[in-house]
Amino acid sequence: MFNLRDWGADVWERSSRPIRVLIALGAIAIAASLPLLGGTFLNTPVADYGSVLVFPVAIFVIMALGLNIVIGKSGLLDLGYVAFFAIGAYTMGLLGTKTGLNSWEILPIGIAMAMFAGLILGVPALRLRGDYLAIITLGFGEIVRITALNLNSIGGANGIVGIPTPPTVFGLEYTFDNHRLYFWTFLIIILLTIWMIRRLSVRRAGRAWESIRQDEDAAELMGVPTFRYKIWAFVLGASVGGAAGVLYASKTLFISPDNFTLQVSILILACVVFGGMGNIWGVILGAIILGYLPDRIRFISDARLLVFGAVLVLMMNLRPDGILPRKKREKALPGKNQNE
Amino acid sequence: MLANFQNQFASLTVGGLSLGFIYVLIALGYTMVYGVLRMINFANSEIFMYGTFASIVVIRDVFKFTQQSEPATGFRLIYILLFCLIGSMLMAGILSVFLELVAYRRLRNKGSNKLAPLISAIGMSIVLAEFMRILTDSRYVGSPRVMEKKVLGNFFGAELRLDNVIIVVAGLVLFIGLSQFVDKTRLGKAIRAVSMNEDAAKLMGVNLNFVVSGTFLVGGLMTGAAGFFYILKYENTSFNIGFELGIAAFTAAILGGIGNIKGAFYGGIALGLLETYASFFLGTQWKAVTVFLVLVVVLYFRPNGVFGEAITQTRA
Repeated sequence: MFNLRDWGADVWERSSRPIRVLIALGAIAIAASLPLLGGTFLNTPVADYGSVLVFPVAIFVIMALGLNIVIGKSGLLDLGYVAFFAIGAYTMGLLGTKTGLNSWEILPIGIAMAMFAGLILGVPALRLRGDYLAIITLGFGEIVRITALNLNSIGGANGIVGIPTPPTVFGLEYTFDNHRLYFWTFLIIILLTIWMIRRLSVRRAGRAWESIRQDEDAAELMGVPTFRYKIWAFVLGASVGGAAGVLYASKTLFISPDNFTLQVSILILACVVFGGMGNIWGVILGAIILGYLPDRIRFISDARLLVFGAVLVLMMNLRPDGILPRKKREKALPGKNQNE
Repeated sequence: MLANFQNQFASLTVGGLSLGFIYVLIALGYTMVYGVLRMINFANSEIFMYGTFASIVVIRDVFKFTQQSEPATGFRLIYILLFCLIGSMLMAGILSVFLELVAYRRLRNKGSNKLAPLISAIGMSIVLAEFMRILTDSRYVGSPRVMEKKVLGNFFGAELRLDNVIIVVAGLVLFIGLSQFVDKTRLGKAIRAVSMNEDAAKLMGVNLNFVVSGTFLVGGLMTGAAGFFYILKYENTSFNIGFELGIAAFTAAILGGIGNIKGAFYGGIALGLLETYASFFLGTQWKAVTVFLVLVVVLYFRPNGVFGEAITQTRA
């Protein structure tokens, strides 16, 4: 069967360096011109196309890329990814309203906080495997949300209002409805994340994750320090989630615990699996579709989530490996995953 | 606080036990499926939710109870309660089998990766919950009162309310029935065989699809019973209750050791009691946090759950 992903990889591998640069620049140019398309067809019934492109689409892409490190690359099932997103967003919300720091200064702090949370969760949780890990991470996500909900010192159920916008850069002003500027900012973060994942994938860490995903016991026997690399995957995934949180808070200017429910974790997981676990381009495509679709089909207002759920079931049954699955040779050996 | 707790201890225990048995039954739904397929049946929480609605439909539309009706008594009450229980169980059981056919069977036969069925289950769970939301107009649905919640007696100062007693006794009966079924009957043996070694069971002539459907049916029946007990205890439901109880019950199953029927029993009761005590000390808003923290601590020291077998070494 024709596999777009393999075809793309083939083209990429056969190209010389200048052509690769051209392809990459072309792809970036297309992505950067997305908000210029405008067009009434792409507008969703409730929101302007430009704003949908920033949230949920761009934020989903960032988060799905981060979760892909954890699930797609290293095979660790994380159902509480929203916790890191929440920690990033609350760092932005609290520091942004209570101190004079601006978004760019808070971004590294938010990332560091999320990484630290990833470490705290990872050390006890990563001793467990599979579904136990899933439920622990799920619990962690709920703990973060409930704590935010019940601590009145950080806004409680009302959340945090009046989060400042990012400061003006090169004379470009981040006003609330300047969607293009936000989108381009987010695009830079997306590109940085893609670059980080691609670099890591071909190095020691990427190989270690790959071996852990395919067979953890064998990896351990071959001398891969599995626990350490699992922690690394977790912490790096968390850092991307934290960055997404900071950006989200400085875009919406208002956050409350309701933004960080388990449903978000599940939706991001759905993006990853729907698009094609382990493959960056598949994950991005999945996040774009699942971010855009529910808003686009709002005209069937009441039944839109119903349709969304049905699409998930249908897609999984037709293409269990996602729209753009990972390369064949990267799949686990047949028979190895039978009892997973 | 502590003296107060001692006074309240017995009545908290009774309330916690009846909540615990609701968890036990839902947890059995998770654990049966997990034991056979090594997969979280994410949509089990919605099956439970449909079970609660089935009870209300039976009470309201079959027996024509309204909010003003006199509560039933005597044999009529027993007859009505049994009818509700069976209605809920059948609804949930059939839905559960249907769910497996639609969401899992094809993926299972294809031998897909492990996450695809999970996403499919999440999709089904969204579909089921949204369908009910549209049907009920996002509102809570109250159940007419079928019986008077009489206090039967005292037990170390705790009031034994009729509904709590029924839940504990009927829950125990259902649990014993299920373990007998799994231990003694032909289908039960087949289920155990598949859960031990799928390939070997197939070679021995076990019809895998039949066994899986049977497992979903039995798990669904138990979950449906939990739905009826929930209505008996709380007398209202809505399209989104599945989530919270489902998560709690799944935690209970993990706590006891998932894939293990006894584990679901002890885990469910432990969780019901724990939640009730924790809400007494810390207030209900922190109860989920306490539950998860206990779970983390338990799994840290006993990674297989308290009564679990060594699932920790089975891969991802």
